[in-house]
Amino acid sequence: MFSLGDIMAEAFGLILTWDRNLSEIVILSLRVTLSAVALACLIGLPLGAVVGAFRFPGRGVVTLLLNTLMGLPPVVVGLFVYLMLSNAGPLGILGLLYTPTAMIVAQTILVTPIVAALTKQVIEDLHGEYTEQFASFGLTARARVAALLWDARYSLLTVALAGFGRAVAEVGAVLIVGGNINHVTRVMTTTIALETSKGNLQLALALGVLLLGLALVVNAAVMALRASAVRAAYA
Amino acid sequence: MRDMVIESTQTCAMPILTATGLRFATGGQALLHGIDIEIARGRRTLIMGANGAGKSLLLRLLHGLLPPSSGEVIWQGAGRAQAMVFQRPVMLRRSALANLRFALKVQGLWGRAREARAREALDMAHLGDKAHQPARLLSGGEQQRLAVARALICEPELLFLDEPTSSLDPASTQMIEDLVNTAHKRGVTIVMVTHDIGQARRMGDEVIFLHAGRVAERGPLDQVLGSPRSEAGRAWVQGRLYTGPAI
Ligand SMILES: Nc1ncnc2c1ncn2[C@@H]1O[C@H](COP(=O)(O)OP(=O)(O)OP(=O)(O)O)[C@@H](O)[C@H]1O
Ligand SMILES: [Mg+2]
Repeated sequence: MFSLGDIMAEAFGLILTWDRNLSEIVILSLRVTLSAVALACLIGLPLGAVVGAFRFPGRGVVTLLLNTLMGLPPVVVGLFVYLMLSNAGPLGILGLLYTPTAMIVAQTILVTPIVAALTKQVIEDLHGEYTEQFASFGLTARARVAALLWDARYSLLTVALAGFGRAVAEVGAVLIVGGNINHVTRVMTTTIALETSKGNLQLALALGVLLLGLALVVNAAVMALRASAVRAAYA
Repeated sequence: MRDMVIESTQTCAMPILTATGLRFATGGQALLHGIDIEIARGRRTLIMGANGAGKSLLLRLLHGLLPPSSGEVIWQGAGRAQAMVFQRPVMLRRSALANLRFALKVQGLWGRAREARAREALDMAHLGDKAHQPARLLSGGEQQRLAVARALICEPELLFLDEPTSSLDPASTQMIEDLVNTAHKRGVTIVMVTHDIGQARRMGDEVIFLHAGRVAERGPLDQVLGSPRSEAGRAWVQGRLYTGPAI
């Protein structure tokens, strides 16, 4: 019977020695999440900017959809991607189920609406300020979107960080489509769930501490970005 | 042959912008009532009138930022070479220099030529030492100068200015007037809103005086300021408060 003190000591030992097993999990976590956030930004930033800057038929519906999808429970996304990728599903032939790629797909679906909805809000406010000046310049739609995205760069970086924070802490979706297979699809959150239930608290706690540290870093980055944006009146 | 000559003299005298029967109403309330004006090519037209008379609104309609409820604006320049300096300058979230670069990029200008033009414009606006300062941290007068420089850098045929000097000190006002006059000498048509009768005497060729959404006076500066025809116009020139009926 271990005491809590022993467990904590061992957990920090794992982190400090950068244990192979631990590092493998952390690196896969970061790979999956960063890929998903990059993809989500690639889709969500322009999408959010277009919805934020232009009036078109169906704009209300798109906004409603984005806001709804933003609150989507991760397990539902997991289930959906599972159905698509399973042998019986339309994309089963790709054989992607229980691979990191499947996890990236699930997290991209999870994060894209968040990035798009937050981007829409940021761009809509900015566009309200710029719209007459842009019309006076005679900007094309494409040039407007590009200029808005650039001028909102600080706010949009914090949007991306919010997406990262949500994705890296998420369990349900990656568990369903990744399967938590040792050395293949095991990420920080799924490992914590599994190891805790197995009673292997040292590894779980070590990963928990790292996740907490990551959240700290992300929030510090958001704060620093805000501060420098305000300083340059770019906020 | 004779027909062609006549046509070309007519083109010369042709106004650069004509508004006919321009009306703007919103929420069941008419704000501009049937404005008929011509903006003379190559001249400096000043739009004057009390707060809320509809000057900014008229500028927006003339510049094509708002569609009129009825009537039309006919542009007789080439292309869409118009620029506007707004009552509250809109600065992009970039440096002063980058704001100028942006305007040139819109014109399809790139590289070293663009950089040189942007620098030149910045110096003209006496902002050479503020090139890398965030534009939104410039003082009100500096922002206004940058806005004028940014509008002129696109080499418009027609420049609209909405009270560009209303909150500036005499030195900054002078710099703005110099920028505008230099552009005018190069052939740019100027349409400027101002409340300042002194400025009007310095800068005006033509005056349009708006009262409650209508043109109360229009004509050459001396005529409008010297012998205004409407009661509202007389009150304005004499600096009296006019509370009488709309014309
Ligand atoms: N888009 C709009 N919708 C509704 N009302 C408007 C709109 N734009 C202007 N107005 C109203 O029209 C009137 C004229 O406004 P405008 O801004 O043209 O005045 P102005 O002559 O420029 O005054 P100032 O000297 O204070 O700048 C005001 O009563 C204003 O409230
Ligand atoms: Mg105004």
